[in-house]
Amino acid sequence: MTVIQFEQVHFTYPGEPRESLAGVDLSIESGSFVAVLGHNGSGKSTLAKHMNAILTPTEGRVLVHGIDTADADRLLEVRRKVGMVFQNPDNQIVANVVEDDVAFAPENLGVPPEEIRRRVDEALRQVEMYEFRQHAPHLLSGGQKQRVAIAGVIAMQPEIIVLDEPTAMLDPQGRREVIDTIRRLCREKGMTVVLITHHMDECVGADRLVVMSEGRVVADGSPAAVFSEVELMEREGLSVPETTRLLYDLRAAGLDLPLDALETNACAEVIAAHIQSVCGE
Amino acid sequence: MLKDVTLGQYFPGDTVVHRLDPRTKIVLLVVYIVALFQASGWWSYALLLAATAAVMLLGHIRAKNIFKGLKPMLFIIVFTALLNMFYTPGRPVVEGWIITWEGIERSVQMILRIVLLIAGTFLLTYTTSPIALTDGLERLMSPLKRIGVPVHEMTLMMSMALRFIPTLIEETDKIMSAQRSRGADFETGNLIRRAKALLPILVPLFVSAFRRADELAVAMESRCYHGGEGRTRMKQMKLQSIDAFAFALGVLFLAAIIVMRRFHL
Repeated sequence: MTVIQFEQVHFTYPGEPRESLAGVDLSIESGSFVAVLGHNGSGKSTLAKHMNAILTPTEGRVLVHGIDTADADRLLEVRRKVGMVFQNPDNQIVANVVEDDVAFAPENLGVPPEEIRRRVDEALRQVEMYEFRQHAPHLLSGGQKQRVAIAGVIAMQPEIIVLDEPTAMLDPQGRREVIDTIRRLCREKGMTVVLITHHMDECVGADRLVVMSEGRVVADGSPAAVFSEVELMEREGLSVPETTRLLYDLRAAGLDLPLDALETNACAEVIAAHIQSVCGE
Repeated sequence: MLKDVTLGQYFPGDTVVHRLDPRTKIVLLVVYIVALFQASGWWSYALLLAATAAVMLLGHIRAKNIFKGLKPMLFIIVFTALLNMFYTPGRPVVEGWIITWEGIERSVQMILRIVLLIAGTFLLTYTTSPIALTDGLERLMSPLKRIGVPVHEMTLMMSMALRFIPTLIEETDKIMSAQRSRGADFETGNLIRRAKALLPILVPLFVSAFRRADELAVAMESRCYHGGEGRTRMKQMKLQSIDAFAFALGVLFLAAIIVMRRFHL
């Protein structure tokens, strides 16, 4: 089932000469983990902001469960279906205590108090921050803050979570925490996840990888398939995972190797198998 | 050094004082302040001091934390004390001196009054989470909604201001370090020079505060914030027997102070 549908979406920021989105067609299926990759200014954040009607298209339309995001009367409906996590964890935490912050969205929706309590506890457990529920957010690490922000979105019980570069301001440890949390949510809870990022390695676990450049989708497919297009990726100013890079260079040197072994182990196996077959002859 | 600011700080805990309804605590603070200004004799001050100490003990709040918060007020306290000491007529301590026994008494009481006033307010903010505090205020002031006062918006602004104080302090620290590492000097020179040195800190701080406000608004809207209408609260406020008890105690306390005033105790 399609949960978000982009139909020929164009968008220009007021006062900007260039289109930030230049005709995007994209549909996101329920239960999938979609990574959107692109360098700065590729329009990937603009794309994310269209998913819950923070921005509405200047041309074309975006449908969330069939609801046009430009329909101002149904704005709240769209926003409760699509939860957003932003880049800077400090600027999206509203309250002084972790659990109060997680409760913010359900409170806004008028959920009964006992139900809010239940949702907050559950959401905090899912991101493994339950024991920090009484803490002040400013005393947490970046990764922990970002997990609280994710919990705050989960408590709203959205159908889709869109994360707009959630790891850009985090240290490696925090990045790992956040990415692990996102993967777990997707795998175990069947959440639909859209992850906007410019880190290749964060895309590896995704079901689907969309590459954006200059407001357009330039590649769309499984991460293995997309990363195999090494020339395309490099033309777009993006690097590929080191495993793909290695296989690509070996191929360029004349070895007959496949390019779609993304995981380190898989890559090692492919090379080992090749060595064996060559030596066997 | 900037991290020492204790204004609006909250020490989480699970004591009787923490568990009291925020509305009870706010009303009791008002009662306490009224009592403080009714106190006239040493016995009244002793009672006030004892009550403050009792609340500190019950709430596990260390005197150290109260004194830390008093530091910025030191100047005002000393100034008031000195004025009272020199300008109260009465019997001079030493023949020919301007300082009088009455003056010393007045100034000590003045110090006590200010210290207790601040300590009382700190006890409220130390034992009540800012959210509970603003919720309490919102509920106490909700009758004003009927005459068009935006109570929800005001209290939300307050709690968010409190939320961002530590974040902005951290940021100020960072900006100051950055400027210092490039040779900025904040400590020496006269007042004007130092004020001028602050400008390169304030400008980036304000720019960043505006950016934060913008992002925060988007994040709030993304989480379906649409004003106070139809909003519920996870933490419901219910007055319990302990609140009734605290109220009764507060009323008795105020009554005692007023009675003592009549007898100049």
